[in-house]
Amino acid sequence: MSRKIVIPFGPQHPVLPEPIHLDLVLEDETVVDVIPSIGYIHRGLETLVAKREFTEYVYIAERTCGICSFIHGLTYCQGVEQIMDLEVPPRAHYLRTIWSEYSRLHSHLLWLGLFADAMGFENLFMNSWRLREFVLDILEETTGGRVIQGSCKIGGVRKDISNEKLASMAADLKGFEAELSDLSDVFLHDDSVKSRLVDVGKLTRTDAYDLGAMGPVARGSGVGIDLRKTGYAAYRDLRFEPVTETAGDSYARCAVRVRELFGSIDLIRQAIEKIPEGDIEVKVKGNPDGEYFSRSEQPRGELVHYLKANGSKHLVRSRIRTPTLTNIPPLVKMLQGCELADVPVIVLSIDPCIGCTER
Amino acid sequence: MTYLKRSPWIIHYDASSCNGCDIEVLACLTPMYDIERFGIVNTGNPKHADVFVVTGSINEQNKAVIKNIYDQIPNPKVVVAVGICATSGGVFRECYNVCGGIDKIIPVDVYVPGCAARPESIIDGIVKSLGILEEKRLKMKNPDTGQSSTVGRK
Repeated sequence: MSRKIVIPFGPQHPVLPEPIHLDLVLEDETVVDVIPSIGYIHRGLETLVAKREFTEYVYIAERTCGICSFIHGLTYCQGVEQIMDLEVPPRAHYLRTIWSEYSRLHSHLLWLGLFADAMGFENLFMNSWRLREFVLDILEETTGGRVIQGSCKIGGVRKDISNEKLASMAADLKGFEAELSDLSDVFLHDDSVKSRLVDVGKLTRTDAYDLGAMGPVARGSGVGIDLRKTGYAAYRDLRFEPVTETAGDSYARCAVRVRELFGSIDLIRQAIEKIPEGDIEVKVKGNPDGEYFSRSEQPRGELVHYLKANGSKHLVRSRIRTPTLTNIPPLVKMLQGCELADVPVIVLSIDPCIGCTER
Repeated sequence: MTYLKRSPWIIHYDASSCNGCDIEVLACLTPMYDIERFGIVNTGNPKHADVFVVTGSINEQNKAVIKNIYDQIPNPKVVVAVGICATSGGVFRECYNVCGGIDKIIPVDVYVPGCAARPESIIDGIVKSLGILEEKRLKMKNPDTGQSSTVGRK
């Protein structure tokens, strides 16, 4: 038996767009233990509730993370609306759902690209990001922002989408879906991709559940948790089933996200078909008083915003729990026993979003 | 600048950004914006890099990392601060763990505004920095001979 050595991985590393540090304990080429450390991009934005009014804090909540920005804003707004008993108009619920699903599309395509890059498949990376620009164009046309949208506000949404635009969005999805299925064929059926992913970074169903895995990591191991099933925004009116795979390896997590892309397209179609006419916002009167746990499904899993208010225009406390934080213990489990060369692929397979995690 | 003489490589580090600017930096490399047409390649190794692209503001933990990467980049080098957080701290400037813009620890040559900075403005900022890089290269002197240390066409 050889001696143990420790190799540092990160914070600055070619496969990581964001800094996370892992100390990999190796025996020969095998990883026997992993010690993660975070904190490189901690900002402390939860304390800004004391300096920003609750209506302005939406912008800060959105900037928790640039990838799932819309869903952060939405979750915060839903929390405040619940505390204040605001009845959001149905059209606003549908618009929020449509933007959430476009955010999911852009996040998953971004991840597929980075994942392909981690495998060393440059062409696939470029193609995923080329398709992603289609989604960003729609987000920019309808909200004004590519990655930070700023379209959600307490009591509704800031902008309406005209019915003609909605119809053209639904029509454009057809071509997009066709291109996406070409792309997904490569991820799901290409031999060289499979050789990098199948049986790499296994996580059993029990481990996934016990260690608190969320989102595609949990669903890839057969735990069918999907917060959209709780029926927030317009999800209660739409038909869908959580996507699950049972193998629990990197390939299963990739397959979950690929299939969710098609699920999102379907949800957008349903929402555009069913969207009612009417107002897009209600007037906000007074200040919130009370507390609420607001939960939603981010592209990476369950997002929790805990909000506490005391009747003044500043909230007393905000606490954000993001899915990547809960996916780090499962990541440590997956890495134990893997080959050193597989570490980048496995780290990427949980879709780490450190901007969210450290806030 | 009408044409580029060299192919400058960039290294990107996320200081404490929300990701918004990071994914826009990456978007610059991909087919829609295709910064590689200027010969610009994103590298992970500071010793290969000419342009240091930083997003997000500094905090106590990443100060040393940024300084370390900056010191490892060979001369001449330029620093591009992408996004308002890298410039001044942006919306997070009042957070307890944010010390301010990148220019508090390393010299910055180009500031790119925006939250999140758009790929067009990032490309513009990087292309501007190439002019500064060329000036710095011409000014470099060999410490032994005092002669210009540039090789090849001026």
